[in-house]
Amino acid sequence: MSVTAYLEVAEGDTLGTLQRFLGQLLTADIVDALLVPQKLPTGDNVVPTLIRDPAKLAGVDPIAPVMPVIAAQAVSNVTATEHGERLAAVLRSCELRAVIELVKLQQASLEDVILIGVDCLGTYEVRDYARLIEAGVDPTTEVLAVAAEGQLDLLAADLESAAKGYQIRAACRMCEKPVPGGPDVYRPDITIGFLGVDPSHQILIEASDTLAEKLGLEAAEGPSASRRGEPVEPSGQAPVRRKEIIERLIAERTAERDRVFAAFRERVTGMDNLLAEFSTCIRCYNCMGACPICYCKECIFRTPTFDHASPQYFRWAERKGSIRLPTDTLLFHLTRLNHMATSCVGCGMCESACPSELPVALIFRAVGQETQAIFDYHPGRSLEEEVPVSTFREDELTELGEREG
Amino acid sequence: MNDDFEPRIIGFFCNWCTYAGADLAGTSRIQYPPNVRVIRLMCSGALDPVYVIKALLEGADGVLIGGCHPGDCHYQSGNYKARRRVAILQSILKQMGFEPERVWLRWISASEGRYFADTVTEMVAKLKELGPNPLKGVGAI
Repeated sequence: MSVTAYLEVAEGDTLGTLQRFLGQLLTADIVDALLVPQKLPTGDNVVPTLIRDPAKLAGVDPIAPVMPVIAAQAVSNVTATEHGERLAAVLRSCELRAVIELVKLQQASLEDVILIGVDCLGTYEVRDYARLIEAGVDPTTEVLAVAAEGQLDLLAADLESAAKGYQIRAACRMCEKPVPGGPDVYRPDITIGFLGVDPSHQILIEASDTLAEKLGLEAAEGPSASRRGEPVEPSGQAPVRRKEIIERLIAERTAERDRVFAAFRERVTGMDNLLAEFSTCIRCYNCMGACPICYCKECIFRTPTFDHASPQYFRWAERKGSIRLPTDTLLFHLTRLNHMATSCVGCGMCESACPSELPVALIFRAVGQETQAIFDYHPGRSLEEEVPVSTFREDELTELGEREG
Repeated sequence: MNDDFEPRIIGFFCNWCTYAGADLAGTSRIQYPPNVRVIRLMCSGALDPVYVIKALLEGADGVLIGGCHPGDCHYQSGNYKARRRVAILQSILKQMGFEPERVWLRWISASEGRYFADTVTEMVAKLKELGPNPLKGVGAI
């Protein structure tokens, strides 16, 4: 059973309230360390930080709409091998889903780990976030304002960032799983919600019974019903307004996803179009490094297999008339797709990392959608559902391998 | 159809079933088209899709993956894993604008020399209908 409670926000200081709540996990000796996004001293970026000292919580900001690295990789770093510590990790939905995939791929462990999910309305590219800060915009305040208004689109014209022409990353614009514990998203131990509540006054916390007790959280009737006067569901349930807002957000994002998938499928028909799609790839492997699912310590593309002897290039050029360098770009992407498309959580870090601005997140998500559907697999939904490439069923795909007709 | 076109097929055959089946076809003097270049694997489950993709990008007209019949894998379940990988590969190839019909998976046992020969004959005919791999002369990959 879980408990839904509300943290009262004092003097409109939502972040301060959140910092005190997270600090409680340390001071109440529930965990030994926190993995949380924290502002850099320069103020223009927010990065995953492992905190043991409760005095070091200033600048913690799980709401800031920026994700320079996906924290699932950090969770893997700090939990993959025996550590004997108790950890709480604050994660966006895509980070949470990637952690679930990494646990199933045995690259992370949830032993003594409390997963804390936080609502996400999307993230800006790192450079855009920095420019917004430079221009005097506080993106965290904007996100909270949007959440309070029930306006879900960070592109909404009355936001300063939107007026300046900034929009959230393409992957976020088509993210239909923005809420931890929402449809097809793993339910974390604690959810921090600001959608459908007024985060200048309250923050929603959903927690398991045991954690709620340790944290002194009491089940609430709803978001100060007297203040908002809105309908609430029976005690302990998220308010109706939150549910409605989340449904609307998911519907908007799903429509955007379907629109860009359809455009992609129309564009990539036939070999020439496919080649054009990847033609500017410089095979830097940034997409691979940024991908939480591409975990192999030794990727085949980084082995001597691809250190071709010089005469090989001439032989290829002779056989084909000409070859473009660097070689093996399409081979790289197609192979990477085969290896990880079934577990792709759609975080879009590959696309953000691409110096050639290839729409790799779109390609991987669109292709991932169909390959995942073969096995009715939803990456990041559950720890029980096995990763498709690590298992099989005898009674599936029975026509494959048999003589046709 | 171009009568001069002779498709090149790369065969990835498991050591225990399909490779032995191909061997039986040979020792039994069963005639079949000489269009397949064979790479022997210990198990169809040991085939990483990277090799199939490499073959196609290098201009192979078809790839024939051969394994033991379901339930007969020498390593218990390698062929079931291969089946999943081929399903994923074909789905990806199709979505990316390739012709997934160029990739065949067939279960051929060590005793099925005739079936092996028939499979290669059938695949050569299908590939002749399909025509050469459009990537054959493309260096921009």
